[in-house]
Amino acid sequence: MARELTLRDAIKEGMTEEMRRDDTVFLMGEEVAEYNGAYKVSKGMLDEFGPKRVIDTPIAELGFAGIGVGAAMNGLRPIVEFMTWNFAVLAFDQIVNNAAKTLSQSAGDFNCPIVFRGPSGSAGQLAQQHSQSFEAWLANCPGLKVISCTDPADAKGLIKSAIRDDDPICVMESELLYGATGMVPDGEYLVPIGVAAVRQEGTDVTIVSFNKMMNVCMDAAKELEKENISAEIIDLRTIRPLDYDTIINSVKKTNRLIIVDESWPYAGISSEVAFGVQSKAFDYLDAPIIRLNAADVSLPYAPTLVEGYLPSPAKIVNAAKEIMYIKS
Amino acid sequence: MTELVKKKKKKEVEYSKETYLNWYEVMLRVRRFEERALMAYGQQKIRGFCHVYIGQEAIAAGLTSAIRPEDAVATAYRQHGLAVARGIPTSECMAELFGKETGVVKGKGGSMHFFSKEKRFFGGNGIVGAQIPIGTGIALAEQYKGTDNLCVTLFGDGAARQGALYESFNMAMTWKLPVLYICENNGYAMGTSVERTSNVTDLYKIGSAFDMPSEPVDGMSPEAVHEALEKAAAHIRSGKGPYYLEIKTYRYKGHSVSDPAKYRTKDELNEYKAVDPLKVTESKILDKKLATKEEIKAIKDKIKAEIDEAVRFAEESNYPDPSELYTDNYVQKDYPFLE
Repeated sequence: MARELTLRDAIKEGMTEEMRRDDTVFLMGEEVAEYNGAYKVSKGMLDEFGPKRVIDTPIAELGFAGIGVGAAMNGLRPIVEFMTWNFAVLAFDQIVNNAAKTLSQSAGDFNCPIVFRGPSGSAGQLAQQHSQSFEAWLANCPGLKVISCTDPADAKGLIKSAIRDDDPICVMESELLYGATGMVPDGEYLVPIGVAAVRQEGTDVTIVSFNKMMNVCMDAAKELEKENISAEIIDLRTIRPLDYDTIINSVKKTNRLIIVDESWPYAGISSEVAFGVQSKAFDYLDAPIIRLNAADVSLPYAPTLVEGYLPSPAKIVNAAKEIMYIKS
Repeated sequence: MTELVKKKKKKEVEYSKETYLNWYEVMLRVRRFEERALMAYGQQKIRGFCHVYIGQEAIAAGLTSAIRPEDAVATAYRQHGLAVARGIPTSECMAELFGKETGVVKGKGGSMHFFSKEKRFFGGNGIVGAQIPIGTGIALAEQYKGTDNLCVTLFGDGAARQGALYESFNMAMTWKLPVLYICENNGYAMGTSVERTSNVTDLYKIGSAFDMPSEPVDGMSPEAVHEALEKAAAHIRSGKGPYYLEIKTYRYKGHSVSDPAKYRTKDELNEYKAVDPLKVTESKILDKKLATKEEIKAIKDKIKAEIDEAVRFAEESNYPDPSELYTDNYVQKDYPFLE
């Protein structure tokens, strides 16, 4: 059986189940307890678990991220919520220099089982500092794993896997999709880290994406269907490690690849996927790979500029026609 | 020289022969270890950055007598002395400096990153001040688990100007975490004196902004360090929250081996060498007739043999196998690294 749940409630269910299962799991961050979460992801968790395990912090990202790292090295399993990943830049020292490197610099003596989570990516007219995607920044760093998935059922299964994982994990969510719903199975289940999902099977072109751009791709796929173009849509779900096999197998079938990635184009996830495909499936490609990214600029405020900045269904449709050499 | 170090204490608490000999042995072990490390560095057997603890040994000594083995310690990259004082064998420490597989972290950390879960030693952290929130989090975990252990979190005077300190002090006091913050103020953040980077040169005063009990301590005296740590630890274990000690100390060598320390005067160095905790403690032991010259010589011989053996062990050990490059990056055994 399954129920319809919002993304925020699915994530909350995942965290709540894990906190019931394991006393060492706790949640900390700005406004997570008494305010019930800036985006209400942790609504009701203070009531169930009390202030020892649902901890409101001051606005001190570097400090509480580091406290999480120390607690993780000393036997606990912290979930550290950032109100958005934009604010986590203040905490990158602790994420990159400590969480990611604890196992290596202690030669395996100390691990750091911590989950850093929060929304990533643009969320309307929030302008330059509140609109960035951080998957590429963090996925660059060995020692970390990076999850970015907004399908409610998978987000629940992935957050549970992340909390149980013995390595440090960054989980990217989406402000705009916290209220979006999906069918979420009843009962206990986990979604494995490092495995992509084929959301729609198709034969003409493979479209790879993640996070809220998945919705844009699914909208584009409907438009393409009207034009008799059959798109296979892959949700990466995990950015590091990346599931190359699922992508390559699809490209071997469709011979065409479009990557839709909200992060900036330079040295981004799309470059990584494109490199992997050309090196492992070069002979299967019938056209150069196309990528659709956020524009290579800081995101301004005005609505017309936001529209120009992001990939859209229309841009994907055009790209699909281009890659299939269809003249529009 | 700092007034606090210059000033003689009016009344000295009496310590036992065992305590004095323990302090002496710890300080001597650290001193000889560091001298041999510098020698090996000169021979290019140790590479990379190397920051020695010479001059600051009284802090390591006080740490051995004032806190428990179950307590955690987190510190910065000037850490060899503290690691040795916590009981990590000098052979494993030396082998680590040599980059050998028998090192305390298998040759993966080097001079700046020693770790030992068994000895409750949480590094060995190379980013200035980053261990302050980490030590605070280690303390949070102790409070969470309901133990009466504390986390001694040490940092230098340079780190006292990092934002991480202020964030940590605030949360530690708000949540009454069992953490003992120690600023090892040796006067210089690399080549920059405290006076040149801070309007407040008595760094213990930072604690007052958080209502955190804070005191300055003479860091050239193992007695003073021990007393301050013992008092602070009792306060913390009673559940009253953190304590902060600014231990005024001095390093006789440069910031790292490549630093000739031209930013300070010879007179200043000599003033501090006159209160060398190792020499002063040796004289005290002899003056108080706690041990004979022969007994002191026996300790010196024992330490010399131990450090000789540590160097031999390090030299004769192997470098890690190249296959070790891909171990200890993830707990996950089958992590798919990119080629």
